[in-house]
Amino acid sequence: MTGAGGGQAHFNEMFQGDAVRAPYAGLEHWAREMPVELRSLKQSEAEALFRRIGITFAVYGEGGDPDRLIPFDMFPRVFSASEWLKLERGIKQRARALNAFLMDIYSRGEIVKAGRIPADLVYRNEAFERAVMGTAPPRGVFSHIVGIDLVRTGPDEFFVLEDNCRTPSGVSYMLENREIMMRMFPGLFQENRIAPVESYPALLKRTLASVAPKKCEGEPVVAILTPGHFNSAYYEHSFLADMMGVELVEAADLFVEGDFCWMRTTQGPRRVDVIYRRIDDAYIDPLCFRPDSMLGVPGLMNVYRSGGVTLASAPGAGVADDKAIYIYVPEMIRFYLGEEPILKNVPTWQCAKADDLAHVLDNLADLVVKEVHGSGGYGMLVGPASSTAQVAAFADKIRETPENYIAQPTLALSTCPSFVEEGIAPRHVDLRPYCLVGERIELVPGGLTRVALTEGSLVVNSSQGGGVKDTWVLAE
Amino acid sequence: MLSRTAENLFWIARYSERAETVARLLEVGARNALIPRTGGGFRNEWESILQASGTTDGFAARYGDPVQRNIESYLFFDLENPTSIAACVSQARENGRIVRTALTSQVWDALNTGFQDLKELRRTERSKLAINDLIDWTIRHCAMLRGAIEDTQLRNDGYCFLHLGYALERADATARLLDVKYYVLLPQVDYVGSGLDNYQWRTILRAMSAQRAFNWAYGGELTPAKIADFLILNRKSPRALITSVEDAADHLDRQARGYGQVGQAQSRARALVAELAEARVEDIFDEGLHEFLTRFIDEIAALAGVIHHAYLSGEAR
Repeated sequence: MTGAGGGQAHFNEMFQGDAVRAPYAGLEHWAREMPVELRSLKQSEAEALFRRIGITFAVYGEGGDPDRLIPFDMFPRVFSASEWLKLERGIKQRARALNAFLMDIYSRGEIVKAGRIPADLVYRNEAFERAVMGTAPPRGVFSHIVGIDLVRTGPDEFFVLEDNCRTPSGVSYMLENREIMMRMFPGLFQENRIAPVESYPALLKRTLASVAPKKCEGEPVVAILTPGHFNSAYYEHSFLADMMGVELVEAADLFVEGDFCWMRTTQGPRRVDVIYRRIDDAYIDPLCFRPDSMLGVPGLMNVYRSGGVTLASAPGAGVADDKAIYIYVPEMIRFYLGEEPILKNVPTWQCAKADDLAHVLDNLADLVVKEVHGSGGYGMLVGPASSTAQVAAFADKIRETPENYIAQPTLALSTCPSFVEEGIAPRHVDLRPYCLVGERIELVPGGLTRVALTEGSLVVNSSQGGGVKDTWVLAE
Repeated sequence: MLSRTAENLFWIARYSERAETVARLLEVGARNALIPRTGGGFRNEWESILQASGTTDGFAARYGDPVQRNIESYLFFDLENPTSIAACVSQARENGRIVRTALTSQVWDALNTGFQDLKELRRTERSKLAINDLIDWTIRHCAMLRGAIEDTQLRNDGYCFLHLGYALERADATARLLDVKYYVLLPQVDYVGSGLDNYQWRTILRAMSAQRAFNWAYGGELTPAKIADFLILNRKSPRALITSVEDAADHLDRQARGYGQVGQAQSRARALVAELAEARVEDIFDEGLHEFLTRFIDEIAALAGVIHHAYLSGEAR
């Protein structure tokens, strides 16, 4: 394999030379012995299953077929129990620190006063929500579902690429990938001790119920708020609602009366206590955020502030996953928890700083550059995979608005064997586990592995041709 | 249940029933085109079929002359035509996708498989598709969906809303079909009941897939009175107006029991059932079949309006 890595050696998660690493031992025979015909048969069976379930993905702004499938690669990605244990500790630690940070900046701002994070980065951040200043959400939790994107570069080397504190998507793929693998290869699950992930929806529901507002009486009523069925993640919204047994509502199904939020039902209004919202802050309440918007539930923010309803994630949680704030997460862990970070950050240069900018522009061809507020792999530059002209054009963009960019070294992302046209070949992967924060902090053993199916590519985003894999954590 | 969810369920059923109605109309048209007319040439029922599906103007604007092939395309494939089979199957599936959580996986599977098949059909060259196969496919798809609903859906309020959709759509379709045939094809009063051309009436039965059922139920010669009785007043006939209205009333009563609240929808539906139960076919002919059917269609629309206000609009308190 060659290309984007700039000639660096990539850590192959299955093979070390000719030897097979222990976690993958149960897959070697399976992969080697699978006849080509069976493989393509299973592949089309998997696709038919995905289509029948209706799990499809629409890419924003790309038009075309809204029922496009994300390619599913049947070769699983495996972690040993001990590898996972370390990841789990690191992820939970990070989720705890991010929530402590949010609670802090919307109240006393100790971390800013202590000079550990520049005030401008926090209070002038686009994602900072003045409207929730001084509010304390139930149990002090702002971000109830934290998706942490991880990459691996060696046997013991994991880096956090970014945090997602608002509404990380993709968890339905984690669950469905497993379902489909179990249906297609039951033998694999008999031979290997693979920790189940199916408790995720129940844990999510328990987490959401545990942050019900004080005014809630009896069993909390939970609902998922979706932008609607044209949204690219609509499948996931309805899947989660179904698995949790809660209503899937659109803003028009909700209204505010008195001190509470209600949904319109066939038997009249029903009170809602916890809203797992899958819409952006800006569309929660037109009275509060966007007077020009027809979307949202007028008055919802007042109900939220007066403790009549819980919003998960809380408005304003986005500050914590901003790429400019990311740099300071290790500092947060030390400041709030008094611990050393278990998971490392990727070294990051802030183009807003003159020294960093100079370094970035000098070494652009070796770096990955991202927009500070961008997401989804759009508007980024992967230096080693780009032509000289592309690099030069991007340099101009950076010079224009340096504060909009950060840069990181091109990591030698690990690879995992994948089924490709020519047979089995290593492809780069990342990992997004979903950490739940409520009364307790929970993490199911697994996550979403995204794979860059194009040879040499390092971009795993599904909007850029990435695929997904089932992710196994082996039981002890 | 969310009002919006109830509304989507209601429309899944309505669109599916509508697709089936159009398929039956196509079947009649395709068959009639094969039967020679005594005066030469072939019978052409296509105009009245466009009329029965309420698409005469839409078709004329798009194609002009009612040529069989164009009508087939228009009624089956054309997404610009809101009542084409393709549009109805897609709409039913889209409504289902929105309320995926209120459907069992079998019901979703039926909706989604139909939609995926349809995409495949749309990609296939038209010359390779026989109209009869398209008709069969539609009827099979609708039966599959209905079977999945009966077999797997929870018997809760959602089930009632599905049934209400089916019942109201079917009542409306039967009434319109009867009306078109009566009003358009037999306008002179002295022609009615003459028994001279029972072919027209046979067509109606065929459109309801009820020809053999009718023979079993009545036997003997075909008369307009018998047919009207069968399609309006006979509870044994699955597409009779009374059967559909009673089905709607039953499900509204069920809803009222479940919710512990009776309203206008229930009393309105029951009044309609009572009227049909007491009516004799002579009364209907006295009132005038067309007048009766027009009134009935309005009643069904009014009932749908009351149901919408009571349950689907979200205004319930």
